[in-house]
Amino acid sequence: MLRQRQTHGGQNDIKRGKNVSMETDIISTVEFNSSGELLATGDKGGRVVVFQREQESKSQPQRRGEYNVYSTFQSHEPEFDYLKSLEIEEKINKIKWLPQQNAAYFLLSTNDKTVKLWKISERDKRPEGYNLKDEDGRIRDPSTITSLRVPVLQPMDLMVEATARRVFSNAHTYHINSISVNSDLQTYISTDDLRVNLWNLEITDRSFNIVDIKPANMEELTEVITSAEFHPQHCHTFAYSSSKGSIRLCDMRQAALCDKHCKYFEEPEDPSTRSFFSEIISSISDVKFSHNGRYLMTRDYLTVKVWDLQMENKPLETYQVHDYLRGKLCSLYENDCIFDKFECVWNGSDSVIMTGSYNNFFRMFDRNTKRDVTLEASRENSKPRAILKPRKVCVGGKRRKDEISVDSLDFSKKILHTTWHPQENIIAVAATNNLYIFQDKVN
Amino acid sequence: SPSWSGLNTNRKMRADGDDSLYPIAVLIDELRNEDVQLRLNSIKKLSTIALALGVERTRTELLPFLTDTIYDEDEVLLALAEQLGNFTMLVGGPEYVHCLLPPLESLATVEETVVRDKAVESLRKISQEHSPVDLEVHFEPLVKRLASGDWFTSRTSACGLFSVCYPRVSSTVKAEIRQHFRTLCSDDTPMVRRAAASKLGEFAKVLELDYVKSDIISLFTALASDEQDSVRLLAVEACVSIATLLPQEDLETLVMPTLRQAAEDKSWRVRYMVADKFSELQKAVGPEITKNDLVPAFQNLLKDCEAEVRAAAANKVKEFCENLPEDNREQIIMTHILPCVKELVSDTNQHVKSALASVIMGLSTILGKDNTIEHLLPLFLAQLKDECPEVRLNIISNLDCVNEVIGIRQLSQSLLPAIVELAEDAKWRVRLAIIEYMPLLAGQLGVEFFDEKLNTLCMAWLIDHVYAIREAATCNLMKLVEKFGADWAQNTIVPKVLGMANDPNYLHRMTTLFCINALSDVCGRDITTKQMLPVVLKMSEDQVANVRFNVAKSLQKIGPVLEKITLQNQVKPVLDKLATDKDMDVKYFAHEALSGECLPYEYS
Repeated sequence: MLRQRQTHGGQNDIKRGKNVSMETDIISTVEFNSSGELLATGDKGGRVVVFQREQESKSQPQRRGEYNVYSTFQSHEPEFDYLKSLEIEEKINKIKWLPQQNAAYFLLSTNDKTVKLWKISERDKRPEGYNLKDEDGRIRDPSTITSLRVPVLQPMDLMVEATARRVFSNAHTYHINSISVNSDLQTYISTDDLRVNLWNLEITDRSFNIVDIKPANMEELTEVITSAEFHPQHCHTFAYSSSKGSIRLCDMRQAALCDKHCKYFEEPEDPSTRSFFSEIISSISDVKFSHNGRYLMTRDYLTVKVWDLQMENKPLETYQVHDYLRGKLCSLYENDCIFDKFECVWNGSDSVIMTGSYNNFFRMFDRNTKRDVTLEASRENSKPRAILKPRKVCVGGKRRKDEISVDSLDFSKKILHTTWHPQENIIAVAATNNLYIFQDKVN
Repeated sequence: SPSWSGLNTNRKMRADGDDSLYPIAVLIDELRNEDVQLRLNSIKKLSTIALALGVERTRTELLPFLTDTIYDEDEVLLALAEQLGNFTMLVGGPEYVHCLLPPLESLATVEETVVRDKAVESLRKISQEHSPVDLEVHFEPLVKRLASGDWFTSRTSACGLFSVCYPRVSSTVKAEIRQHFRTLCSDDTPMVRRAAASKLGEFAKVLELDYVKSDIISLFTALASDEQDSVRLLAVEACVSIATLLPQEDLETLVMPTLRQAAEDKSWRVRYMVADKFSELQKAVGPEITKNDLVPAFQNLLKDCEAEVRAAAANKVKEFCENLPEDNREQIIMTHILPCVKELVSDTNQHVKSALASVIMGLSTILGKDNTIEHLLPLFLAQLKDECPEVRLNIISNLDCVNEVIGIRQLSQSLLPAIVELAEDAKWRVRLAIIEYMPLLAGQLGVEFFDEKLNTLCMAWLIDHVYAIREAATCNLMKLVEKFGADWAQNTIVPKVLGMANDPNYLHRMTTLFCINALSDVCGRDITTKQMLPVVLKMSEDQVANVRFNVAKSLQKIGPVLEKITLQNQVKPVLDKLATDKDMDVKYFAHEALSGECLPYEYS
């Protein structure tokens, strides 16, 4: 059972007394770090906000586990490509944390074109004492300088700084849709619509193109890459998904160029359900390896599928996210919602998966019990520590109490980005410009 | 304003303050200046600060401050790490050298690899200045702290420090060091295992042979079968050092199984590493193992399914053949290596072919005249006709090896079309590359062949539509004259160059001037005065201003070659006239030439 923990964001509405939120405040990605102590969000305005979990404190035990803002910084700025006359949005498409290597934290953030490596570090000491100035900053009369002073470090209020350590640019002609750090902790991949590039985390002026699906003639283009991820343990394996609903697994040991895949996962299409929308709704919007590295999860418009790496011809499990929309595809096509890119996540033990839907609903599927639940992330219905009530959508006919009709769903309220704490049952859900953090009921 | 008061007090200080303290006070304050350049400047003068403070205050005040100043930019930290390696005398000599350990220890844990590496380098340096007692009391505990640090940055740094303390500590501490190294070789993070793998060879060198056999071999075997490709490939490097340390009779059982496995690793990056280190490996394992094991392994690498591996192996063909045991070198090359090389000549990948082309000519010296003519020549000729210009260029750039063995004439039939084709390649960088080999070719082919076949090409480049080519062509002419002499120049190229002075295209007319600039010196006073100067002077009346100001520049350039009387009577009047030209730039360059340093004083 999930309990509301916290809500962040949306302050703009309150301060300005407006109903419409700022477009730039819309959260575009959300990600826990590998210990779960930190949580980062990126938004359309190019900002990254890092939240830190409060340490246990005896005086305020109820605050234990609360996530508070730790650092906010502008990761990307809007740019203009003068050669192609193209605007480059500052929107943060993805954030990936690096495993911690010293007292500082590191993350990669990317917009459409440029990946940046950020360092977030603390400073709690300040040097004091000048030779040429006195304590108040006044210039001292040099004739009074009869001895040298070496500055001394004094404690000060904790300051958190974010500095851009590396900028990886000029490697993508198309829009970057994902980044993924290799288990060798030395390299990462960045993926756009047609190519996958391999980078060394320390080298910014060179990357290696390892997948290129661009046809010689762009008119023959039938498929684009939608997402890619490294295997969590095998440094040589990565998977990428395509707009045609297939996933390719590549082995970097076999060759320097991975244009040839080593495994190809695809479910044969059911001819009985074929329609104008089949191809659009089968496009995969996200692919994620399970933590144990045995499974792949993919999200398409209406379903989440779990694939066994050993079985290429069909998914092991298929979960319906919002099958009630099957009859509404025509209007979803007209309002462009059919092209929404929903992400999906595993819980820490790979037993539950979560993905978003419309009307601020998000779904969870328990792989063992086969039970599923629809929950709602919203400011109105939830007070802090309130227990989330499961929601139901009814299709046509009689609407029972507490049910919501498919026709009254709000398609502008979509939950595209969610993340699950790597060990505990804490989830973060981005609903437009609000971030909701929920925690499993604790005794 | 504060800056003015600063200036005033500055002056005052000179009058009655302590002159020597002020600049040091500035340096110390600038250690924390907002401007990174000023901070960097102060750090680079850290020894000046320390000298002024004296050894005592450097130890008790400056070093503690520096120990905590690790928030700075990489370049500042890098400079700091380097400085501290040379600080021993400034803290009071070897007796106090351990005071430098805390700041270097904190620098050894930062995330930036270059800074960490520099801190480790400085630590290694100052370890030598520790007395054996201090090494055990101060240095070795630091290594242990780093080795068991929470973050992998500190553990990676520890890997580079074991080998410098090991030879100088007691046997108990030695045992501890071996244990620490062993632990790091199986660290959870690949970063640390990579650092350990890359220091394995160096650590093995300082270990007693028994421990090499017992400890190092098992670590080597484990790292060479690590799940991470990036760790396994580093074990290949260690293989070279380890093989060098072991007696020949142990190599087969202790090293070869691992090396064989690496040469057939599933990951191409590991096989690439084997190919890349092949010559070193060959020397390390000796002639017998080379014959039995490395020859077949090399054949496989030359036939590898990954082009990167084939290219790396192709690069090593000459060196590998050279280092084969002499008694049956020719037989091994002819029966085992040459068949693979023949296949590589028609490889599908151009990088492989061009890697081969850069070394294949070297085989001729090893195989001698007859084999070269019979077996290698067809391969050279095939590569000279390759579709990829880089392959042809690599063959041409190595012609000297063949020249020594069979003479270049054997090749000239195919060489010429290859050169002509490269000379006319659509890519200007290819044309540029072949121009650069012209003087070398001219030297080897001789003056008659050159005049007959290549002279026209060299002149054609002078009117190339790309400036870089015209410029290179000019420089090429100069080098040719250096080779063939002024007489040759006077008869062959000077008339052609001067003829271009009447070209309707002003760019070509300017090329004449550029050529004269380049040639006057090598052609000498006589040709310059009698043939070139009249043309330059006549061009001062050119209708294009760019030509006129280049005349002024040329006159300045060739001035030193001319006699004073010529300068006075012929050059100066023209420059004076140009100095009153209606065009600004012409005037400017004429004045420049008139006041130029290379001209005699009579000019001005």
